[in-house]
Amino acid sequence: MAVRNLSLSVRRGEIFGFLGPNGAGKSTSVKMLLGLVKPTEGQALVLGAPSGSVEIRRKIGFLPEDFRFYPWLTASELLELHGRLCGLSALRLADRVPALLELVGLAPHRGKRLSEFSKGMLQRIGLAQALIHEPELIFLDEPTSGLDPMGRRLVRDVIRAQRERGTAVFLNSHLLSEVEITCDQVVFIKQGEVVGSHDLRTQSGGEMRVIVLAQKLSADTVAGLARWCTSIEKQGDLLTISTKSREVLPEVHRYLVASGADIFSFTPERLSLEELFLKIVGEDRGC
Amino acid sequence: MLMGVWIMVGVTFREAVRRKILWAALLAGGAFLTLFATGMHFQAKDLRRYNVPPFIRYQVQSSILQVGFYAADVLAVLLAILTSVDTLSGEIASGTIHAIATKPISRWQILLGKWIGFAGMVAVYVALMFAGVGMVGRVVTGIATPRIFFGGALVYLECLLVLTMTVLCGTYFSTLTNGVIVIGLHGLAFIGGWIEQIAAITNSPRLVTVGIVSSLVMPSEALWHRASFEMQSSFARTLQFTPFANASAPSKAMIGYAVAYLVIALAIAIHHFRERDL
Repeated sequence: MAVRNLSLSVRRGEIFGFLGPNGAGKSTSVKMLLGLVKPTEGQALVLGAPSGSVEIRRKIGFLPEDFRFYPWLTASELLELHGRLCGLSALRLADRVPALLELVGLAPHRGKRLSEFSKGMLQRIGLAQALIHEPELIFLDEPTSGLDPMGRRLVRDVIRAQRERGTAVFLNSHLLSEVEITCDQVVFIKQGEVVGSHDLRTQSGGEMRVIVLAQKLSADTVAGLARWCTSIEKQGDLLTISTKSREVLPEVHRYLVASGADIFSFTPERLSLEELFLKIVGEDRGC
Repeated sequence: MLMGVWIMVGVTFREAVRRKILWAALLAGGAFLTLFATGMHFQAKDLRRYNVPPFIRYQVQSSILQVGFYAADVLAVLLAILTSVDTLSGEIASGTIHAIATKPISRWQILLGKWIGFAGMVAVYVALMFAGVGMVGRVVTGIATPRIFFGGALVYLECLLVLTMTVLCGTYFSTLTNGVIVIGLHGLAFIGGWIEQIAAITNSPRLVTVGIVSSLVMPSEALWHRASFEMQSSFARTLQFTPFANASAPSKAMIGYAVAYLVIALAIAIHHFRERDL
């Protein structure tokens, strides 16, 4: 079973990151939500209705990973085709197509066939087709794959602009640095189940790591840290601890001082998304 | 509701034009017709020069016209297979289908739209090729092919049958496997059809049964044999010295069977494409 008991909540105007190691079931989950894959048991619901129904597909956009389309179409024709498939009128398309080409930086290439497009250009036109009907929810599978730094920035800006207009964005990406600066909320999936989540907007929340340089730290004092800490590591005068939130740090500091330790430095650090990913999902042991 | 179907029909036609598939097929067809007309012209000249009696001349030229129609039939069947063999399996394998199948359009509309697009393209091709061969017969030899429209319609039905099987197999298999299966099926029908003809001439009822069974498995070639039977004079039908004599012409029930076969195959293709994971 690739996915089980998966329940995700993405709010309007939120950029949601969907993370997990290879084979965790991310693509299967996205395909199920889009109705491309049918669940073997149970059902998948999107926007309160069964996934894959034509009505739901009117409200969602999708950029597949490594976007490819008929190479004999021009950029304008591709957008017109997808617009017509979404039921847009010729009048609406006359406005929408040039605007989207401008948005993704392909206006000068409107008449060029896709066979002449680079991978990055294909990715950008793929993003434009996902937005053609102004969907309420957009699934983006590796949207910055194959893009140069300028292209990545452009895609990031487009995604943020969608958030501003109240669209929910579901982002599936391996590029954790991109996810970290783009997403509001992330969930981690492993073996088809959600194993953790993290809110990237709230700076106060989230796991913290503190590096303490101190002397006169007794074994009992270190053991006493367990009430606040999820991990404790001591090497000489260097103590590295992890806490579940920033809020407990003053209390930890007071405890150490009260225990008689000489504290030379007390440096809190937020775990990077990559560290968090490795911590929650675990190291890849090639299995 | 049918808008999605027509959009896909348009895409399929545009693809055929842009990828120069239709032009290449028409060019090949034109080359064949030119060669055929030249051959017929010189043959007609020779037959007149040797003072071959008009009755014999008519039979010989009618038989050669049948060869022309058969070549047009083979080219049309190949066009039906080669243009559609990659359409679903290729798009599924490359992921191109994902961008279409997630749009507010039903999967049956995608499949039916593509099918109608290819069917329209093949219709144009069969009409032009049959008109061309018929015209060559009329202008060069003065022979008007009897029941050419009905014969052309049967050949078109044969092409639709092969097209439908290609689309059906495309929902199950990769492009290469699909091509091998459909060409294999048509090859089986081809061999079966000819076994049936030879068996009828040599009066071997068991072999006729083998031929009929193979036509039931894949009735495409049987439709050609019926078309050929229809497009010959009643006298030519009784002669059994040419490859197109149709010693055992498939019955009209076989035409009905082929239509039912096509409808069921298309229904299975639609059902499987709707249900399968992409």
